[in-house]
Amino acid sequence: MTRNKYFIKQLSIFSENKSGRLAAVAKVFEESKVNIHAFSIAEANSFGVVRAIVDKPELAFDAFSKQNYALQYTDVLGIKMNDVPGGLYHVANLLGSIGINIEYAYAFRTGTFGTLIVKVSSPEDAVEKILAAGLELVPATDYNF
Amino acid sequence: MFWNEKMETLRGKELQELQLKRLKETVARTQNIGFYQKMFAEAGIRPEDIKTLDDLSKIPFTKKADLRGGYPFGFLAVPMSRINRIHTTSGTTGKPTVVAYTKNDLNSWSELIARNLTMVGLREGDMFQNASNYSLFTGGLGFHYGAERIGCAVVPAGVGNTKRQIEMIQDFGVNAIHCTPSYAMHLTEVAEDMHANLDSLRIGVFGAEAWSENMRRDLENRLNIKAYDSYGMSELFGPGVAFECPEQDGLHIWHDCYIVEIIDPKTGEVLPAGEKGEMVVTPLVKEAMPLLRYRTGDITMLMEDDCPCGRGQKIARLFGRSDDMLTVRGINVFPSQIEHVLKNIPEVGDQFMVYIDRVNHLDEMTIDVEINKHLFSGELSDLARLQNKIGKALHETLTLRANVQLVEPGSLPRFEGKAKRVVDRRTI
Ligand SMILES: [Zn+2]
Repeated sequence: MTRNKYFIKQLSIFSENKSGRLAAVAKVFEESKVNIHAFSIAEANSFGVVRAIVDKPELAFDAFSKQNYALQYTDVLGIKMNDVPGGLYHVANLLGSIGINIEYAYAFRTGTFGTLIVKVSSPEDAVEKILAAGLELVPATDYNF
Repeated sequence: MFWNEKMETLRGKELQELQLKRLKETVARTQNIGFYQKMFAEAGIRPEDIKTLDDLSKIPFTKKADLRGGYPFGFLAVPMSRINRIHTTSGTTGKPTVVAYTKNDLNSWSELIARNLTMVGLREGDMFQNASNYSLFTGGLGFHYGAERIGCAVVPAGVGNTKRQIEMIQDFGVNAIHCTPSYAMHLTEVAEDMHANLDSLRIGVFGAEAWSENMRRDLENRLNIKAYDSYGMSELFGPGVAFECPEQDGLHIWHDCYIVEIIDPKTGEVLPAGEKGEMVVTPLVKEAMPLLRYRTGDITMLMEDDCPCGRGQKIARLFGRSDDMLTVRGINVFPSQIEHVLKNIPEVGDQFMVYIDRVNHLDEMTIDVEINKHLFSGELSDLARLQNKIGKALHETLTLRANVQLVEPGSLPRFEGKAKRVVDRRTI
């Protein structure tokens, strides 16, 4: 079994933190007909990184590159959470107990369950540990087509 | 090897005595010029008051605008019958500045060029291609006669027709070329496209515009030459005033022919060696157009260390023009210093902008820096690290804290011609 079937391709796009920039980023997705599954923004005073999980990451990457954006693919993992109170606690608690260090995380809901997107320092190891701990990972093909 | 070993290595008491003798002669010559008669009268000094080299500081500065005011021949110290040649420099505003030469001036100038070219390894029998403007610009004829003086075969190629220039280097077996650094880059690119064989070329002499160490490495590697920086200005004869030796670490300025002072461009205070400021030059052997304490507008410093080649005190490669200087919280800052710091950080892109504001009576410098999209990792923490790294590097060089903002590639203005990267928003 290959572990990287769980590596979801996140787009990390450099963006200045000023009015109109978010709309500009969103417009590139819209124009390239790329659908966004999940989206978050991390800021450090004047600038930030827009993180997006999309259906066609390569298409989006090309569209942003053509418009001179600085962007990069980042491998992230999607952990299934029960869509009930305590769902996040259960996952977070387990991750802590098996020693997974999370650089950042954000969550969204699809259908009947929630997904916690996590960026970890070594995803290969993390996949193994997470599965061994009995958590369920979402295959990348569920998001990136 | 030296062209004129005695003069090139003259130092200490002997040098000072020669400088003083020539300074007195120069002061005497300036008294044929209305501008200097008036200057001395207004400053309350007489030519005979200049008894030591230190007395030079009693004389006010001469500025480029003063020369323009004398258009066309107001600064001649000799009758027109003794003038042998005239050049002009194009002013960015208004009338050009006229410079004139006696027979002795042309001889002195050629001798200086001969020293420079000998210093970087040109010899009798070498072939020298002068890809420089031969009209009113001093770079053409100046180098031409200097190279002839040492016995080179000179190819007066002039500017333009790059393909023909490259064919001549290849077919004639040219050993050295003189041109502007930007033209040298263009020539290199065309030569590469033509797959030309320029193996005979050993030496490149580049001047008349600023060029970086990166550009030097590039030219040296791609042309397989040694590239040397040449400094001069028409008011001081032309090119040849100062020149790099094979150490390629600063330029030797010829102390028997020029007295160099470095001043704070704002206050006029003379600065010690190792401190950056505007170079003020008093030429010592000019007959037709003697000048006293001429403000060059060029920013450099006198270097403190002796050169292994045995010649005199060097000046650093130019940092920029004094007109570009900013004073932020009392500290002199040149946009070229900021550019230099940023160019050495790979994660930084091509463009930057500097903004100066006054916030609560304090100067604030903000520098917008485009990131290099090819080295973007995707991680916010790396960006924060980069921001800190830039701030630290700038602080080390400028001794001033700047607020660094990372901006998107392509978001800053692009300039054609001279870049205006500084916006001073302070209101007094
Ligand atoms: Zn030297």
